[in-house]
Amino acid sequence: MFDAVASNRRRSIALIGSFVLVVLLASWAFNTVVGGGPLGLVLGLAFTGVTSVLAYWKSDAVALAMSHAHPADPTEYARLHNLVEGLCIASGVPKPRLYVIEDDAPNAFATGRDPKHAAIAVTTGLLAKMTRVELEAVLAHELSHVKNRDILVSTLAVTMVGIVAVMSDWAMRFLWWGGPRHRNDRSDNNNNGAAQLMAVLGIVLLVVTPIVAKLMQFAVSRRRESLADLTAVTMTRYPPGLISALEKLRDDQTVVHSGSRATAHLWIESPIPRYPSEERPGNERKLSRLNRMFDTHPPIEDRIAALREL
Amino acid sequence: MPFLIVLGIIALVVIYVVVQYNGLVRVRNRIENGWAQIDVQLKRRHDLIPNLVETVKGYAAHERATLEAVITARNSAMSAHGEAGKAQAENALTGTLKSLFALGEAYPDLKANQNFLQLQEELTGTEDKIAYSRQYYNDEVRAYNTKIQSFPSNILAKQFKFAQREYFQTDDADRGPVSVKF
Repeated sequence: MFDAVASNRRRSIALIGSFVLVVLLASWAFNTVVGGGPLGLVLGLAFTGVTSVLAYWKSDAVALAMSHAHPADPTEYARLHNLVEGLCIASGVPKPRLYVIEDDAPNAFATGRDPKHAAIAVTTGLLAKMTRVELEAVLAHELSHVKNRDILVSTLAVTMVGIVAVMSDWAMRFLWWGGPRHRNDRSDNNNNGAAQLMAVLGIVLLVVTPIVAKLMQFAVSRRRESLADLTAVTMTRYPPGLISALEKLRDDQTVVHSGSRATAHLWIESPIPRYPSEERPGNERKLSRLNRMFDTHPPIEDRIAALREL
Repeated sequence: MPFLIVLGIIALVVIYVVVQYNGLVRVRNRIENGWAQIDVQLKRRHDLIPNLVETVKGYAAHERATLEAVITARNSAMSAHGEAGKAQAENALTGTLKSLFALGEAYPDLKANQNFLQLQEELTGTEDKIAYSRQYYNDEVRAYNTKIQSFPSNILAKQFKFAQREYFQTDDADRGPVSVKF
C-alpha cells in the first residue's frame, strides 16, 4: 500500500515536470520562429507556472465541471452517503465530498489532490442499476483510488493533458485550415511568415502530443485499476459484490455523455466506446481501434478473472 | 573511545525504547478510536429503534411479541458493559431486528410506507457501519496484540503495562448455517 502511495507521488512529480518541459519547449519553438528575445520565454515560464499551480489546486473542480457533476444531497441520496461513510470507517479515510452526474450510463470516478480534499462522483444510472452490495463495491473501488493516492496523478493528467491537447488542437487547425487559406487570400510576406510560424508550431506540437499521450498512459498505468479492485475487496471483504458490479458494467451498453478523452482514465469503466456496433459509420470504427491502442483501462474480463482467483 | 561506544549504545537503546513505546501508544489510541466509532454507531442504532417500532406498530400492532423482543433487546444492549458484554447484547439486538424487518415482507402497506423505508435504509446503513467499525477495530486489536506478544516489544509492553485487548466477536449463531423455513 505504501509502495503505491510513494510511486504515485513520484508519478505526480514526473507528470508536473514533463508538463512544464512540454510547454516550455512549445514556447521556445514559438520564440525562435518569431525571434522575440527573452520576453517570450519569460511569458512561457509564467504561463507554465500559473497553469501548474492552478492544476494542483483546481484540477478536481475542472474534472467535476467537465462531467457536469453536482453535489449529492444527503437526504435525497441517503444510501450513497451511508455506504461511503461505512467504507470510510472501515478504511480510516476521511469522508470525501460526494457528487452525482445525471446520466443513464452506470459509471463513477474519484478525484482530488489528497484524501482530505477528495471527491467521488457517481452517475444516476449507477445508483439506479446497481444493488446495494454492488454499489458498495464500486464505491469501495473509488475510495481505494483515494486511499492509494491515485487521484492526484490522474486528476493532474486531466488538466495538463487537456491544456496540451487544446494547444495542439489549435495548432492543427491553423496548419490545415488557417495556413493555406491565408496564403491564398493575401500573398504579402508578413502573413506568409505568420503561416509558416503556425506550421512550425503545429508540427512541433503534433510531434509532442503523442509523447504526451504516452506519458498520460504511464501516469495512469492500467495496473492501478486492478490494484484498486484488490484494495476495494479488502475493505468490503466480499469479492462477489465487485465481480457482479463489474459484470453489470460490462454488459451495459450505454456510454457516459460527458466522458471525454481527457477524463477517460478517471472512470471505473472507460467512458469511450470500445467495440464498434453495426449502426455506427465506418470512420467510427477506425476511431475505436485507435481507442483500444490508447486504452486507459485493463479489459474488464481480466479484472473479473483476477477477482475470481481470490 | 570505549566510553563513547558505550554512550552510543545507550543512546540507541533509549531511542529504540522511545520509538517502540510511541508505536504502542499510537496503536492503542487507534483501538480506542475504533471502539469510540463502534459506540457512536451503536448509539445511533439505539436512537433509531423507538421510531421504527412506532412506525411498525401502526401497521402490525398485533405482532406484539416481535416488537417487545426488539425493545427488550435494545434496553439490555444500552445497559450492557464491557467489550464482551456489549458484543453479546448487540448481537442479540441484531437478531431481533432481522425478524422486525421480515415483518415488512408480510405487510405490503408497511413495506410501502415512506417512513419505514427511510428508517430501514438508515438502520441498514448503521448496521453496515457497525460491521465496518468492528472490522477496523478488530484489525487494530490484532496488530496491537501481535506487537505486545512478540519479542522484544513484549518486554516493553510488560514494563509499561500494555494489556491485551479483546476482539469484538460476532455471535456464534451468526456464523452457523442459515436455516430457511417456509
